[in-house]
Amino acid sequence: MDVAGITPTLRAKDYKSDVAPVWCPGCGHFAVLSAVTKALAHLKLAKERVAMISGIGCSSRLPAYVDAYGFHGIHGRALPIASGLKAARPDLTVIVAGGDGDGFSIGGNHFLHACRRNMDLTYIVMDNEVYGMTKGQASPTTQPDWAKSKLTPHGTGMRPFLPTAIALAAGASFIARGFAGDPNGLTKLLVEAIEHPGFAFLQVLSPCQTFRPEQKEWKHLVHPSDMAPTDDPVEAARFIQADDGMALGLLYVRRLPVWQPQNQATATTADLEREFAL
Amino acid sequence: MTERSTLAGGATLAITGSGGSGAVTAGLILLAAVGRAGYYGLLGRSAGPQIRGGESAAMLRFGTQPIECMGDCFDLLVGLDWENVARFADELPLDRNSLILTDAQAEPIPEILLRSGAQVRSLPWKALADAQTEGRVNMVALGMVGAMLGLPLDALEAGARATLGGKSARVLSHSLDCVRSGYAAADASSVPSSASAPAVARWNISGNEAAGLGAVRGGVRFVAAYPITPASEVLEWLAPRLELLGGSLLQAEDELASINMIIGSSFGGVPSLTATSGPGLSLMVEGLGLAVASETPVVVVNVQRGGPSTGIPTKSEQSDLNIALHGLHGDAPHLVLAALGIRDCVDTVEWAVGLAEHLQTVAIVLSDQMLGQSRAIIDPPGDRPFGAGQRPHLQRLIAQEADPDHRRYRPTPDGVSPMALPGLAGGMYTGEGLEHGPGGAPSSRAIDHAEQLEKRLRKLTGFDYGPGWAEIRGEGDHLLLTWGSSAGPVFEAAQRLRDAGIPTRAIALRLLAPLQREALLEAIGSAGSILVVEQNQTAQCFAYLHSQRALPTHARSFARPGPLPLRPAEIMRALTERHERQET
Repeated sequence: MDVAGITPTLRAKDYKSDVAPVWCPGCGHFAVLSAVTKALAHLKLAKERVAMISGIGCSSRLPAYVDAYGFHGIHGRALPIASGLKAARPDLTVIVAGGDGDGFSIGGNHFLHACRRNMDLTYIVMDNEVYGMTKGQASPTTQPDWAKSKLTPHGTGMRPFLPTAIALAAGASFIARGFAGDPNGLTKLLVEAIEHPGFAFLQVLSPCQTFRPEQKEWKHLVHPSDMAPTDDPVEAARFIQADDGMALGLLYVRRLPVWQPQNQATATTADLEREFAL
Repeated sequence: MTERSTLAGGATLAITGSGGSGAVTAGLILLAAVGRAGYYGLLGRSAGPQIRGGESAAMLRFGTQPIECMGDCFDLLVGLDWENVARFADELPLDRNSLILTDAQAEPIPEILLRSGAQVRSLPWKALADAQTEGRVNMVALGMVGAMLGLPLDALEAGARATLGGKSARVLSHSLDCVRSGYAAADASSVPSSASAPAVARWNISGNEAAGLGAVRGGVRFVAAYPITPASEVLEWLAPRLELLGGSLLQAEDELASINMIIGSSFGGVPSLTATSGPGLSLMVEGLGLAVASETPVVVVNVQRGGPSTGIPTKSEQSDLNIALHGLHGDAPHLVLAALGIRDCVDTVEWAVGLAEHLQTVAIVLSDQMLGQSRAIIDPPGDRPFGAGQRPHLQRLIAQEADPDHRRYRPTPDGVSPMALPGLAGGMYTGEGLEHGPGGAPSSRAIDHAEQLEKRLRKLTGFDYGPGWAEIRGEGDHLLLTWGSSAGPVFEAAQRLRDAGIPTRAIALRLLAPLQREALLEAIGSAGSILVVEQNQTAQCFAYLHSQRALPTHARSFARPGPLPLRPAEIMRALTERHERQET
């Protein structure tokens, strides 16, 4: 495994694969894909040094659309796959992509532990407050009174999962929120997230045109965060709790120890075998 | 037909006591000592589910030939105290030839033990211990028993030093004084030692350590796992040693994470493994399907325990065969292997790693509590497992050069496609759990599904596994067929039947899937009586072999659940009862 190459001539479109997305017209995820390729181009990352990892869901199709190494896994398990890859191959830039159901419901435990493990991963969650691929069920971030799903005809009756608050409580070292309708801001946040040494969590408000058409209104509701990014978790927690969930930008960033095994071989298996000899 | 006739020298003994009595420590020292005296040995242990305290027993058998099972009943029962012994008296079979050693000052021996008709000797352990500074009954008893078994004092002392290495010099010194005191007080004149030193230094190793060693010998350099009894020692052995080898172990948040982490690391090119036990394997099966579909090599060592659900975590059973074979949804061909003994844990796990890597698939290796948590004095394993007929190195086929037309899942004649590793320009692809075309793009087309299913099956069924699929011993019209850790008692039963004039063969299956059906049928031949032996309630292997049309219709099953270990005598009885019925 040679040193990471630099390929200065690549443009964003060179990072797109020739696989056609399955996403519905107008899906916010197109903008995320575009931001990913722009960020990779901006960072001049060699395509073969990038690995995009995902679980299952509309958003999790993203790795196939990026011309890099990728792994499309199973529902909720993107973070463990990415963590194993990064532990084994620290030379790679590992980006994890998924949705709100994948990341916060079935994968909720992995989310907590990925935050506290603080490996050098970038985790993009495309949050549209609905399960799109299974045709419109409530997700952990869905409002309690959303009653359009046949599974929860009276709404969920539960308070929504607060991704940024939970990431902070679990120990994430980089927390940001972007919006699919703000491609330049999203690209900038992605660049910062990838460059951040440690676990970078980026919640992307990514409207679902098919099952949540009312999310078209998001473009009028989002607003830049009125707080400068802080490294103080108490201050960040106060802001995040008071936030309407629509504030965009980098909310919290802190240098914390990055978990990465770095062991040099100093023994052979034959050396180990000697311990058993009588 | 007692076990005692089969060992030229040696004995079987159990040391029992309540928690803190030092029964297991005494057993460990005795095992180390018999090894140093030139014997082979096997040390099993029994414990309740308590974390501290409770009952414990160490069971040791030693002799001049490799020891593969505990035998039928115990020559010696060393009772350090009799608290709680009723909880596992059924694990300590005794008979009229047995001898119970007890402290003269101890409580009366429980009736449940005396019913066997065993002889009893009361010995002054406590009095001797009290005469020593910080004297310990277990060490005095150890010295005395060691002398009665004919072990040299220096072997006992060396065994104590090796076993108590982590203790302070003061503790070691007092312990050695107690051992010497017990040794000197014994009447040892009648038992000569009959072992001689081997040419090559033997090993003292547990099954779980052996599995860990097999993993690193096979090239594993990344492990992710979640603690579970009785698999944790595999991980505890590996964690510091992987670091020495330049690898690492990651303690995951759960078993779902473990299996997916090793899929990620293996995707990155590092041979990877996890170890678990039944409930953990249940949690991993979805991930195993992903590894099969994405053709990512991974190995799972499943140290079986009593099931279902949380079952009996500290005791053994062979009841995870069904889930290992059939747990994955869809048509998901993968490898299932089972280690046949402690020494075999090294070879079987190493082989499994090589096969998984070479065939880019999942290998589940079935060990169990009995294998994993027992220790043995063994001959060191050879250089390569099951070498004859095998490729010298089973390795992953890695794409070495940039190829603009690289298609990760392109069908090849043997079904194995070169795998590009991240970092190789021109090899980029997306590992995929959805059905996919040759390039890896998701596909729901019937033709892609058929082609990829066929490729994934063919690479397993078309491979030449060589002679490692089973171990076959002996000749005879009668056949004992078994798998995994039941091999030990089955091999001994077959040997004793042959010694008694009943020609009996034994076949122990190491590779259970893909089943080597033709080779098995050939090995079975025209056997007159066939008994399939396994330690589970529902005859899982027997049913599997029938489902594969790999058994003649006259084959019979001898299956019973754990946690009591299978004994050679009951296997002999099960075969000969059938044999006698055929005669009449």
